[in-house]
Amino acid sequence: MNWDILIRYAPALVGGFGVTIFCWLMGSAVGLAIGFAVALAAAVPSRALKAVLRVYVEVLRGTPFLMQLFILYSGGPAIGLRLSATTAGIVGLGLYSSAYYSEIFRAGFAAVPRGQIEAAMSVGMAPIDILARVRLPIALVAAAPPIINTLIVMSKETVVLSIITVPELMYQMQTMAAETFTAFDAIFAMAVFYWCLVEVVSRLGRRVEERATAFLASR
Amino acid sequence: MRLSVIFHSFGYLTQAAGVTIALSLAGIALGFVFGTLACVARFSGKPWLERLGGAYVSVFRGVPLLVLLLFVYYFLATVGLDVPALVAAIGGLSLSSGAYQAEILRGALNAVPRGQAEAATALGYTAFDCWRRILLPQALRISIPPLINEFILLIKASSLVSVVGIAEITRVSMNIASMTYRPLEAYLAGGLFYLAINLSLAGLGGLAERCAAGGAR
Repeated sequence: MNWDILIRYAPALVGGFGVTIFCWLMGSAVGLAIGFAVALAAAVPSRALKAVLRVYVEVLRGTPFLMQLFILYSGGPAIGLRLSATTAGIVGLGLYSSAYYSEIFRAGFAAVPRGQIEAAMSVGMAPIDILARVRLPIALVAAAPPIINTLIVMSKETVVLSIITVPELMYQMQTMAAETFTAFDAIFAMAVFYWCLVEVVSRLGRRVEERATAFLASR
Repeated sequence: MRLSVIFHSFGYLTQAAGVTIALSLAGIALGFVFGTLACVARFSGKPWLERLGGAYVSVFRGVPLLVLLLFVYYFLATVGLDVPALVAAIGGLSLSSGAYQAEILRGALNAVPRGQAEAATALGYTAFDCWRRILLPQALRISIPPLINEFILLIKASSLVSVVGIAEITRVSMNIASMTYRPLEAYLAGGLFYLAINLSLAGLGGLAERCAAGGAR
């Protein structure tokens, strides 16, 4: 391991780490928002809408993330969609994860006991109140563990963004490797770094999960 | 949009789809060996084996596949092994998949009633026979649906192998895109192939699930 090189490239690497976190957070926010909207829309009693949403989820879950990025970033300009690499990365990550989040939210809503909704209706709560005060809290608690799990999976997927030249950590590391002929060191450092990141996030996630379970049990 | 690009690329992509499927099959098969070993190690009752199995799962689930693939690729070169990129690709895919399969098997083993292993011990089965004849067959039946799911994930993950230059669907789509200057059509065609493979696998998964449920009766 050559520490001089690592120190010389530290600014680029720190910047890359920032871009990684930025893309991860933004992409997850987009994904959670779309996923939630899709899960809500799937509850509308319309066959056509349900079929469209089913196709949306199946297509996004059935094709590789890298392929979706290529379609968005390289194929986009053909239909007048010109995105910078970082924007394409965030949009791509958001769309890809939204398919997973929508399934998670759907399962969360399905986990709300029927009796709770009936009780809310019988005391005369408005549909919007039933959603905000009864269905949503229960669904979110049920959805917390798989959401955290998907967040972790997506933090690893950000590495793929380097292939469409988003200047995140992997990209900066590969630039360093190419300029200084230290491919093995660089990749080894990346492996250790991501392993630590995932370990930390999953430990945090487990604590959130315990809290959520305790919250649910106290009800 | 020029549809002729999509039609013309079908021949190349069909061949590439064969490579994708073969790579993923090799990855899942080797990964199954790694996963079973790691899982048995974690249930062995020997602390150092348990820790080793746990470390394997933690490391290979924590490292992104792209990093792992490049690591294997450069590692083999650094230790002076001049192996084809294909070996590095299958190595990376199977090591990563093995960690996930170990978790799938662990979940399935937890679902096998404890009494089964105790009964086997009471009847004088050796540890090896208990695993081979009692625990693994029951765990496998439970883990068929998640294993097929893992196979679908692996088909998608194999698109990353394109970075080490193997002519699977993604790589071939990239080549078609640069030959025809029609990236949208080329990547859409590639995406269609992945979708077709994965949807048929999902259908197969449903079938296998029903068959396995029938066998359990």
